[in-house]
Amino acid sequence: MIRFLLKRLGLALVTLVLLSAIVFGISTILPGNVGRAVLGPFATQESVDALNEELGTDRPVLTQYAEWAGGLLRGDLGVSLTKQVPAWDLLSPALVNSFKLALVAFLICVPLSILGGVIAGLRYGRLTDKSLTIAGISLAAMPEFVTGIVLILVFGIWFRWLPVTAQAEEGANALTQAKYLLLPALTLTLVLFGYIARITRAGVIEALESDYTRTAYLKGLPSNVVVRRHVLRNALPPTIAVVAVQVGYLVGGLVAVELLFNYQGIGLLVYEAARQKDLPLLTAGVLVIGVVYLVVTLIADILYAALNPRIRLGSAE
Amino acid sequence: MSVAASPAPAPTGGEARAARTERLRLLLRAPTVVGGVLVLAFWVFCAVFPGLVARHDPIFDNQFPTSLPPEWAFPFGTDTNGRDILSRVLAGSRSILVIAPAATLIGTVLGTTLGLVTGYFRGVVDDGVSRLVDAVLALPLIVTAILIVTAVGSSGRWVVTLTIGLIFAPIISRTVRAAVLAETELDYVEAARLRGERGGYIMFSEILPNVFPLVVVEFTVRLGYAIFAVASLTFIGFGVPPPSPDWAAQINQYWTLIDPYWWMTLFPALAIASLVIAANLVSDGVREVYER
Repeated sequence: MIRFLLKRLGLALVTLVLLSAIVFGISTILPGNVGRAVLGPFATQESVDALNEELGTDRPVLTQYAEWAGGLLRGDLGVSLTKQVPAWDLLSPALVNSFKLALVAFLICVPLSILGGVIAGLRYGRLTDKSLTIAGISLAAMPEFVTGIVLILVFGIWFRWLPVTAQAEEGANALTQAKYLLLPALTLTLVLFGYIARITRAGVIEALESDYTRTAYLKGLPSNVVVRRHVLRNALPPTIAVVAVQVGYLVGGLVAVELLFNYQGIGLLVYEAARQKDLPLLTAGVLVIGVVYLVVTLIADILYAALNPRIRLGSAE
Repeated sequence: MSVAASPAPAPTGGEARAARTERLRLLLRAPTVVGGVLVLAFWVFCAVFPGLVARHDPIFDNQFPTSLPPEWAFPFGTDTNGRDILSRVLAGSRSILVIAPAATLIGTVLGTTLGLVTGYFRGVVDDGVSRLVDAVLALPLIVTAILIVTAVGSSGRWVVTLTIGLIFAPIISRTVRAAVLAETELDYVEAARLRGERGGYIMFSEILPNVFPLVVVEFTVRLGYAIFAVASLTFIGFGVPPPSPDWAAQINQYWTLIDPYWWMTLFPALAIASLVIAANLVSDGVREVYER
């Protein structure tokens, strides 16, 4: 287990270094001229040069990367061009908001999806299974903003049951905040349902076909006990891994949803930085999103290993 | 479903053809696949002959009174620029039906090549590329796309196509690599090596035909994601620019007016939904038939 942990941690660190290089590479090398890209084609050459000097983009790329990466190691993510404050001061509240939305979405989505997956798996091949599976994959493939627009129209505008923006007023209590988050969370639930239910379903089907389930039935256990003790216990660990990986998507991948519901999460912040050509804030935001994903998948792997004795007790592989 | 088209290790020409016919027969027997194909065919027809299906010009402003709700003459209403929304929806499938397959094709070609090389040579090349792929996959597609589009400094059809194709390449390479790793264990690869064939020949003439069904499945699955990605990028304003009647571009232009002008957003959104569901029914059918 210790060897597995160390190996996994080492890989995550290597990936992190490469990620920072890729993010920095895209943001610096592609445009050729950052100042021009930021200020647009009509700015004077002097102002472009001045901005390039201020940003330090007139120096060799490797020097720039070394300086930027050195800053990252000291916890310095750079300074936002448009707002003139450290990027982290803008990113941290946005990150908290994103986690809040992810939490509400999970509380609704995970129990529903697991239930759906178990039902589909137990009724494998029948109409219930087919309808759940087709509905699930169709919703999962739907761009979030399409699902969100339909929900906004139905619940926000036609019935007027729920607020159409996700941002509760300043200082609102947790319950009010949750109410404002309900529509975007429902949108995400519909998107994620298919992914999570599909994995649970596959796990249930595999467990049902296994020898230990057969044995359990043959030794006369009632079927609800077989399902609870044998089928679910084997079907759920992969589901947990998939659920955890989805956190990575929920924190950062939600640009369209956060824009649609005007929710100040990290996706909307990255979107705004891109709109305003605020490259330092954009690169910092993208990097933070990547780090969240890496940390979350690391936790998911460890959780999966801890739940799976074949990995927990086995070798580093 | 009963009879399987068993993929023999080295099918002769006749067997391969029989397997293809069998797959097609299985595909066309599933009602969901047929439904999906019909919807896709309808949108492809609209994309090729927009003039035949759209009664009014989809782009010129002020042809009609602005912001009319749906009525007999304008079943989907008109937008704030005085255009018939039904005509715009019918003419709006073209951009996405060009960009999404083109991006997927670029991604599939690059990704398959990358997967063949890393799976065949293994070692340092494989380790290096695998770590790079890990790093790219740590970012949601839409975030990487925003970063690239912003850094390039211009959006539009070409940039979006290339960006999505490039992001797909590592994802596809990972799937192909896994299959290639399994193939290189087989005798025919060893035999080709002993014959003294070159790596390039073994990869593309020996291994590629054997992993090709997987590439086809990957293409259809990715096509669904590409539609998703193009629509999302256009919705947030980084994709197809107005005044294109592209569905997501229409939504980008009008969603802030959704209350009370819901028809300007709802109908393009439903069009996207129909395309996405159709593409998924088909790709799911293809996967089921090939992966048996």
